[in-house]
Amino acid sequence: MQTASAPALKAEARNFNFFYGDVQALKNINMPIHDKKVTALIGPSGCGKSTYLRSFNRMHDLYPGNRYEGEIRFYPDNTNLLAPGVDPIEVRMRVGMVFQKPNPFPKSVFENVAYGLRVRGEKNRRALDDKVEAALKGAAIWDEVKDRLQDLATNLSGGQQQRLCIARALATDPELLLFDEPTSALDPIATGAIEELVHELKQRVTILIVTHNMQQAARVSDYTAYMYLGEMIEFGKTDDIFIKPQDKRTEDYITGRMG
Amino acid sequence: MSESVHVSRQFDEDLGVLRTHVLEMGGLVEAQVSAAIEAYASGEIITVKDIVEGDHRVNKFEKVIDDETIHVVARRQPTASDLRLVMGVNKIVTDLERIGDEAKKIAKGARRVHEQGMLNVPRATDVRHVAEEAVAMLRQALDSFARLDVALADAVIHADAKVDAEFKAIVRQLITYMMEDPRTISTAIDIVWIGRSIERIGDHAKNIAEHVIYIAEGRDIRHTGKEA
Ligand SMILES: Nc1ncnc2c1ncn2[C@@H]1O[C@H](COP(=O)(O)OP(=O)(O)OP(=O)(O)O)[C@@H](O)[C@H]1O
Ligand SMILES: [Mg+2]
Repeated sequence: MQTASAPALKAEARNFNFFYGDVQALKNINMPIHDKKVTALIGPSGCGKSTYLRSFNRMHDLYPGNRYEGEIRFYPDNTNLLAPGVDPIEVRMRVGMVFQKPNPFPKSVFENVAYGLRVRGEKNRRALDDKVEAALKGAAIWDEVKDRLQDLATNLSGGQQQRLCIARALATDPELLLFDEPTSALDPIATGAIEELVHELKQRVTILIVTHNMQQAARVSDYTAYMYLGEMIEFGKTDDIFIKPQDKRTEDYITGRMG
Repeated sequence: MSESVHVSRQFDEDLGVLRTHVLEMGGLVEAQVSAAIEAYASGEIITVKDIVEGDHRVNKFEKVIDDETIHVVARRQPTASDLRLVMGVNKIVTDLERIGDEAKKIAKGARRVHEQGMLNVPRATDVRHVAEEAVAMLRQALDSFARLDVALADAVIHADAKVDAEFKAIVRQLITYMMEDPRTISTAIDIVWIGRSIERIGDHAKNIAEHVIYIAEGRDIRHTGKEA
């Protein structure tokens, strides 16, 4: 049997609050994100999952009036992602995001993946080719698109588009990948492919995933956090949460009971 | 277990049916055991045939409940306390079915003993006493399931050591009689087997109590070596 050493942290929310103007959407969140593990965020609609997820790549900065309090520590360098001196563009290179609905740009498959690399200043054609191929392979879609790299990305199937978006996020070699309900628009087979991909990706990248599908959380994650009304109610190993949650609110939610 | 109801009323009904069927099966098994003990104690072995046939009903119950649990798992993907209930029921039903088998063995043993005339074996009535304790354990284990009463389940687990000890004492005594009077051997051996079945019933009742604690609290207390 393995000795239980504390797993390394990739990130950590500390006394984290978030406000949409005057409205506080997240309340004093403290939560570890374990390195190269999958952490699932679950909770009823409107509880703040997306708000929380977006904080990790400073998406909220795009709108005036939004306000962070507290810290999101990022390791191993121990920077506070929210610190004013930290460049959001740099953060988004290290923290990639995949959305609910696949949102490829209306450009070629190749350009969709090359985009982030170009933003980063990569101009060498060979290097671009290599990195795009590596990202498409990483997202388990290379075989399906290698002969149509110049086709419009929007012509791909929904499941393919979602894997293309994952490839786009992977191209800049992020350390943390955020998924916001990545399979809610996909059929069970495409969903299974994404879940399998998540499982493979955690070899090299830490993953935070929002899902409304309890079984999906149970299938793909190592840790699960239950959020309710802007608060982190319970965080634990996924097995513990799904077999013996400590908080009645978690229990009621995952068993489908009315509180 | 959560007091609140599921958003899906159908789910609540499925789990309710499961619980009810376990208790019905438990009641049937308890009646089987009591009837078998009664046949042994009173010599009214005319009931043995009914008991043997009653075991088919126990077996049928097991299949029905197994079907229901697999249905709930397939349709509802239960989690947390619901998951523990379904898994626990699955195990409880196995123990109940085994208790049913032991009841049948006791009934058949009673028939053999009385056909041979058991009265020439002293101490044979001690068996009745330990049997009553085992039946009480079973009844309490089922009650603890009905109410998810952990304290009662704990009491059942502790009672098992006593039943085990009494069974051993009976065996020791019977061995002495067999040595003193070899004519008692055949009957005494049947009585040992009956005692053995009773002891097994106590073990299964204890298992049920352990499953109840798992269902209620998620603690797996099996094989923790806490028994005496
Ligand atoms: N741009 C915004 N301005 C003001 N309030 C917002 C904004 N976006 C979200 N909210 C509010 O913040 C709260 C959290 O919303 P959020 O989108 O994070 O919830 P969620 O858990 O992701 O829900 P869902 O499961 O429906 O996606 C909600 O009350 C929502 O109405
Ligand atoms: Mg959301």
